[in-house]
Parts: sequence; C-alpha cells; structure tokens
Amino acid sequence: MEAADIPALPRGVRLHYDKIRQAWVLLAPERAVMLDQIGHAVLSEVDGARSFGQITAALAKKYNAPVEQIAEDSAGFLGALRNRRFLDLRS
Amino acid sequence: MTAPRPQPPIAMLAELTHRCPLSCPYCSNPLELARQDQELDTDTWVRVFDEAAKLGVLQLHLSGGEPASRRDLVELVAAARQAGLYTNLITSGIGLTQKRLQALDEAGLDHIQLSLQGTNAEMADEIGGYRGGFARKMQVAQWIGEIGFPLTLNAVLHRRNLHQLPRALEMALEMGARRIEVATVQFHGWALKNRAALMPSREQARDATRTVAEARLRLKGQLVIDYVPADYHEDYPKRCMGGWGTSGLNITPEGRVLPCHAAESIPHLEFETVRRASLDDIWYESAAFNAYRGTDWMAEPCVSCERKTIDFGGCRCQALALAGDANATDPVCIKSPHHKFLQAAAEDFAASTDDTLTYRQLVKAPV
Repeated sequence: MEAADIPALPRGVRLHYDKIRQAWVLLAPERAVMLDQIGHAVLSEVDGARSFGQITAALAKKYNAPVEQIAEDSAGFLGALRNRRFLDLRS
Repeated sequence: MTAPRPQPPIAMLAELTHRCPLSCPYCSNPLELARQDQELDTDTWVRVFDEAAKLGVLQLHLSGGEPASRRDLVELVAAARQAGLYTNLITSGIGLTQKRLQALDEAGLDHIQLSLQGTNAEMADEIGGYRGGFARKMQVAQWIGEIGFPLTLNAVLHRRNLHQLPRALEMALEMGARRIEVATVQFHGWALKNRAALMPSREQARDATRTVAEARLRLKGQLVIDYVPADYHEDYPKRCMGGWGTSGLNITPEGRVLPCHAAESIPHLEFETVRRASLDDIWYESAAFNAYRGTDWMAEPCVSCERKTIDFGGCRCQALALAGDANATDPVCIKSPHHKFLQAAAEDFAASTDDTLTYRQLVKAPV
C-alpha cells in the first residue's frame, strides 16, 4: 500500500456497532468481521478522501506511536480487507 | 447440564416462501413444500426481524424458494434494514424488474446473491426447468450492475455442468461481481433423489478444485472465490452451519425455526415456531437447538477424534440419511464405518447413464 493510495469502503461494506456483543463489526457481503480496538481505530479514519499516508500520520499523532509501526500494521490489516474485496483503493 | 451459554447467532436465513418459478432438481427445500396460504404474513416477518436483531443476528439472508415471489419483498427489506440487519437477497433473478430493483435499492438492500444454473441458455433453462430463465437472469444482472448493488454470483455445479466452471468465473468478472460461490451440489432434499443424474465424477471434482485454486491466485484482490467441494469425494466432512446452533438459524416459510435448512429431515426433533415462541427462547432453550450443540452427544469415532471441534462430526442430516443415525459420524468422514460404502455409491452414481432429472414440485400432502 502506497502513502498516496486512498482507501475507501465500497458500497455494501460498513462499520456497525453491535450492541449485543458490545463491539464494532465490519459488515460486508455475507460476512461480519469482528474488529479489535486497533482495527476499529484504523477503519474509523477511512473516509474515502484522505490518503493512506495522511491516515497513518493522524493515527501516529493520536496514539503517540511511531508512524512506521502504524503504517506497517495498518497496511497489513487494510491489505487483508482489500484481498477480500471489503476495501477499495483509489490513487 | 452445566454447558456454557451459547453465543448469539450471527446469521439468519429467512425462507420467505417455497414458491419459485424454477424447479431445480437439487433444490434445498424439503420434499414437502409449504403452500402460499401457510406462509408467515408481513407483520410476523417484521416482528421476527426485530427479534433477530435483538438476539444478536447481524446478517439476514432473504431466500426461498424465490423471495421475489413475495409481493411484500420491498417492505420486508425496508423493515429488515430498519431493524439494523445487513440484508442480502438470494435470488434467481426471476420476478425482479428494473423498477422493483430500484425500489429495493431505496429500501436499503445491501447485497444480492444471484444463482446461476448454467452458463448458457441451453444448460441453465434445462436445469432450472424454466424456458427463457437464462435470458431473463442476464437482463437482471445488467440492472443489478447499473444500480451498483454489490453482487455475488452463486454457481451451482454438478456432473452436467461442472465443465462450465471456467466460463462461470468469466461471467462473474463480466457482471462486476466481487465474489463467486462455486458450490458443488450437496445431496439433501431434492438432490438426494437425483444422485444418479447429478453426482460428479472424482475427476470432475479434482478438476474443479484445481480450477478454483488457480483462479484464486490469478484473480486475487479482484474476485473472491468461495468453494464448496463435492462432499462425497472428500475424506473429512463439512462442519454443518459452522456447528449446530452456534452461528446461524433458519426460518421456514411457515415460521418453524431450524438449526439448518435440512434439519426437518431428522424425524425425532421437534421444531418450535415463531408463531408461539420468541426467537430468543428458541435459540437458547429449545430441545432441537440443544440436541447437537457442543460435543456431548457424540459417539465413537467422534468422541476421541482430534477433529471433533473442527467439523463437529459433520452433517447430522447426512448421518441420518446415509448411516441411519443422526448421532453417527457423517459417512463422508474417512473414520466412519460407512465411508467406503458412500465412496463406492458415489462412484456408481457418477458412472450412471441415467440422466433423468426429477424436478422439484409441489406435492399435495395426503389427506
């Protein structure tokens, strides 16, 4: 994933707060992906407008963590979603 | 019993109706189909969707029969979204007009799963038993693409059409589907009657597995492929519905609540109905849902098997149908004493020259 790539949730994929399990879930065609805190934090920044670089910079600042580490973790997580067609990348 | 409280279900399959313009010989509906006057009405379905969401269901699959045969489909989709459910329509496409698809879009439908009986009219219309069905479906696929619904193509494969798998994969790409389900026919319900005509050969099953593996690499990030292999040619059984009473439930058109769509084939189980009990009670308390939860019900060779919490002994309906005992190991399993007979029968069915299809049909119950 390049810093200039713009991640976006495609139609039919959305974040949902599950009141029964008290957890955030990514709802997608015929799948429900339970999110941990990190997954939810990353996806909350995905707005279809800001680039991957901007998102990781914002997360690094927010959580006071090294941006390289954040970028590596986020790229792995978002890449896996992309392979399942739960995430689009625009450039 | 000190068993831990089960987790809430994630998915619910609502069989809105058994009516369908197609009559596929592998239909998963029971042999005794529900009549229209036995179906739950709109208000009851709306209440059930609400109860499902409160129970913890996230994914709702609207199925049938053909769900588009329900005149209140748009209303039901709107109610399901209102309840907070991710709403998926499982359809053959027949009965969906452009106008109706637009109304479903406005009602908030999240996703469509479109079935494929064959990759050309000759095959698809013969298998579906409905002339003109394929042309109609292609038109519906185009409308789906124009509106922009996320689409899964569901290719149902068997001896007659397994050679069409490469073309089905191309069609999924052409339609802009993000996902394809490559589902080899599972022999329950009507399919059990058609094993001689539909059983794939071992070579066909192997070819399909190879084609899928190759396509998954080639189309990574472009098309997601979910694959259901030919059961009878495998060495280990499938885990039924992710495990009996662990993640999903199924509602029949008349409102009976089942752990899987074929569960009514197990005659000693009694199923509660949404007309008389709440989904919450049925999920947590009913005898049918607790019958095969966990591992306490198992006999050998399952009890001492290291895979018992992987596949939970396989399919209970298949154990009953093929081994005569719903508590037995699924005969697909290599450890089952019935396995060698099942494999021999699969070879015999696959080599059969009897291509006669028994189509699904509404049979009047004896008075």
